[in-house]
Amino acid sequence: MTALGAPAERLEGPEKVTGAARYAAEHPLAGRLFARPVPATVARGRVTGVDVSAALALPGVVAVLMPDDAPRLAEPGDPTLTVLQNPDVPHRGWFVALVVADSPEAARAGADAVHVEYAEESHDVTLRAGHPRAYVPEELNGTYPGERRQGDAEGAFAAAAVRVDVGYRVPPLHNHPMEPHASTAHWDGERLTVHTSSQGTTAVRTTLARMFGLAEERITVVAEHVGGGFGSKGTPRPDVVLATMASWHTGRPVTVVLPRRMMPTSVGHRAPTLHRLRLGADRDGRLTSLTHDVTTHTSRIKEFVEYAAVPARVMYAAPNQHTVHRVVRLDVPTPSWMRAPGEAPGMYALESAMDELADALGMDPVEVRIRNEPDAEPDSGKPFSSRHLVECLREGARRFGWEGRAPVPRARADGPWLLGTGVAAATYPVQVYPSAAAAQALPDGSFLVEVNAADIGTGARTVLAQIAADALDVPLERVRIRVGSSDLPAAPLAGGSSGTASWGWAVHEACGRLAARLAAHRGPLPEQGLRERADTEGTADAESAFARHAFGAHFAKVAVDSVTGEVRVRRLLGVYAAGRVLNPRTARSQFVGAMTMGLGMALTEGSTMDAAFGDFPEADLAGYHVPAHADVPDIEAHWIDEHDPHLNPVGGKGIGEIGIVGTAAAVGNAVHHATGVRLRELPLTPDRVLTGLLETGRPGPDRPGPG
Amino acid sequence: MGTEHGPRSSPHRSDTTLRVNGKPHTLSVDHRRVLLDLLREDLDLTGAKKGCDHGQCGACTVLVDGRRVNSCLLLAVTLDGCDVTTVEGLSGDGEGPHPLQRAFLERDAFQCGYCTPGQICSAVGVLAEAEAGHPSHVTDPSAPSGRPVPLDRDEIRERLSGNLCRCGAYPRIVDAVEDVNGTGHNPRT
Repeated sequence: MTALGAPAERLEGPEKVTGAARYAAEHPLAGRLFARPVPATVARGRVTGVDVSAALALPGVVAVLMPDDAPRLAEPGDPTLTVLQNPDVPHRGWFVALVVADSPEAARAGADAVHVEYAEESHDVTLRAGHPRAYVPEELNGTYPGERRQGDAEGAFAAAAVRVDVGYRVPPLHNHPMEPHASTAHWDGERLTVHTSSQGTTAVRTTLARMFGLAEERITVVAEHVGGGFGSKGTPRPDVVLATMASWHTGRPVTVVLPRRMMPTSVGHRAPTLHRLRLGADRDGRLTSLTHDVTTHTSRIKEFVEYAAVPARVMYAAPNQHTVHRVVRLDVPTPSWMRAPGEAPGMYALESAMDELADALGMDPVEVRIRNEPDAEPDSGKPFSSRHLVECLREGARRFGWEGRAPVPRARADGPWLLGTGVAAATYPVQVYPSAAAAQALPDGSFLVEVNAADIGTGARTVLAQIAADALDVPLERVRIRVGSSDLPAAPLAGGSSGTASWGWAVHEACGRLAARLAAHRGPLPEQGLRERADTEGTADAESAFARHAFGAHFAKVAVDSVTGEVRVRRLLGVYAAGRVLNPRTARSQFVGAMTMGLGMALTEGSTMDAAFGDFPEADLAGYHVPAHADVPDIEAHWIDEHDPHLNPVGGKGIGEIGIVGTAAAVGNAVHHATGVRLRELPLTPDRVLTGLLETGRPGPDRPGPG
Repeated sequence: MGTEHGPRSSPHRSDTTLRVNGKPHTLSVDHRRVLLDLLREDLDLTGAKKGCDHGQCGACTVLVDGRRVNSCLLLAVTLDGCDVTTVEGLSGDGEGPHPLQRAFLERDAFQCGYCTPGQICSAVGVLAEAEAGHPSHVTDPSAPSGRPVPLDRDEIRERLSGNLCRCGAYPRIVDAVEDVNGTGHNPRT
């Protein structure tokens, strides 16, 4: 009996398709109020006065919280949550007041009526290479070293037979989950209940306990259904602090939903990255030198580094390597996690440069990658627990029909459309964190499994129930699973593609213990059943002797309109080696979904930091273009059987992020193959493509008709 | 805000009667209130989602008199006498879910589920519009007018492009709509 590996339907699916699934703002408690933040309209300065008289005079407005009178909170670990605690404005969009009213309309009118005075200071929001205040951090977000050197990258580059020295730019990107960040808070005496849209409510509870000086036992944080996060809901965001504060202040339940246009400045963004890649190789295509130099920004109040040079430490067997991150503190909103942080922009740059190297060598880009396959992880020297990148490349090439690809660009056209194909590799690290879980056998023959996992659309509920069913050796139908509440056994967040491995490990252990106890049990079960608990602290987080990463290969076919410069992706195919795939149905959806986000990164998604105002002009979904139905072709996701005994008891490597890694490079490389034009700044919008085509002096196909 | 028992008239409110999922409601409606907030806050029908509140994402799509609309862009007081169908009412008096709801489940045509009610309501509208012969941007201009428009994948993609899905379930959504299209199912609106 194996539930794992079966394409089980999502357990919460019926609720989602009928509208019965409730999200964070959808809890109509008696007397509930609605609050709307007021964002700062200067890029740097101080609040010197807030006039709330006009707002308070409006019907329905109950209260206005301001920096000088809002409830005082203890310092959180995260400075972005220190809202309404002091008059400082670290960036435009920082919340400087909160209007609480008896309807969303009244809250909005009230927020519009609040008048804020500022002492404005001059600001600098513009990232550029060689910025005088750039520094190299020792550690990147507490995880990776900021700089690494192996051998003499510079010397080897100078001596290399073939050299590529290029720069790439990735703009700021926004997560924009479909459900805006939202929280409903409700105090009942000294007890606090919060419904929030979060990727992990255990951490939200810890943060609220610290900030509001409350024992964790008095707080319940629920996130039953979460409308996407993609990293932006990985840590508590200001909405949950504001809702809790406003509810405490008014004594009534309060809902805060961040308006879509406020999200880019308040929930984190993928920081822009400027890349310089230097690849040196011998005539056979073997890398002798690899340098990846990244410059990025963070805010004045918090250091968050988009660690885009980290994947270069994993990918290729270059004996001489140098990877470095330079960070500039600017007067910008604080960047944060976005799907495949580091890997997504970093692999765009590295895999584009690898394509340029293939060009310089006159070699097939699949073959160049295969020639640089390392025996061990280049940076650490550790053996890989498993690495099947070459198999992904070969299997992808076979399925895609790569063989026979024109060796030179601009070889094919279809009317005014120039056609091309491109490839890129992908990688994402295996991450796993300690988790607790409980499993209970009930007298009616059913089982209840509890773990504070967050199902943000991944299918976590379903796959955890499958893991439990297998560990208990019972059919899936007999397992009930509860996730998404901090009252359940504590668990890490849904992030870093670590959820299934982390939660699944604990579920597997708890169920294994319960199965053993049941096997030894004689007679009927007691009324309350039998319950076992597991905690993987000390095992899941044990240091591994292996370098553990998932790998993949992306193939893209594009058509470039030589008249308008528009790029259409006609085909996108990914092949992954990500350990054991536990539910092919939900796994495929995650791979395809991440590839879709990669398609957006390649073609449509781009934000800018306005130098004069210090704001993102592309603040909403009309200005920031996430892919729509018409942009997305039929996307193929495949995987190879990979058995890796060095991961965790369920054998998966994590699949939520790798699909975005490399997709943009594959598309960009295909655009080059179609046009002969190398564009090195994302997204590949018509203006950039057409300008590039015009610069070649022959924008259109060389001859009409299919070539 | 609206209320079914509140003050009946004021300079800022008007009595409005709507039929929602077959049931009539007379509410005293704040003139600023959009249909989406009336559904979610007054009637506790939270299936219609607020993704952007700006008519940019489609998560709030419902059917008004059989036509799909962004309910965040319609002032509720303008809809006096209208028939509104939300995702909660798609199955009508039927026992099981609407065929599109079933198809979304079978095809795994969603992940986080937040855009899903809007996608489904929008797809109901798409089937009806194509049946009624409404062309889209990708319809062959030489196709005879007034006759049902065959819905291939490009037609479905084009017509559903007002409904964003950040999880990237698009290909599966198209599969689900294809499954229901042409099954002779008469869209219940």
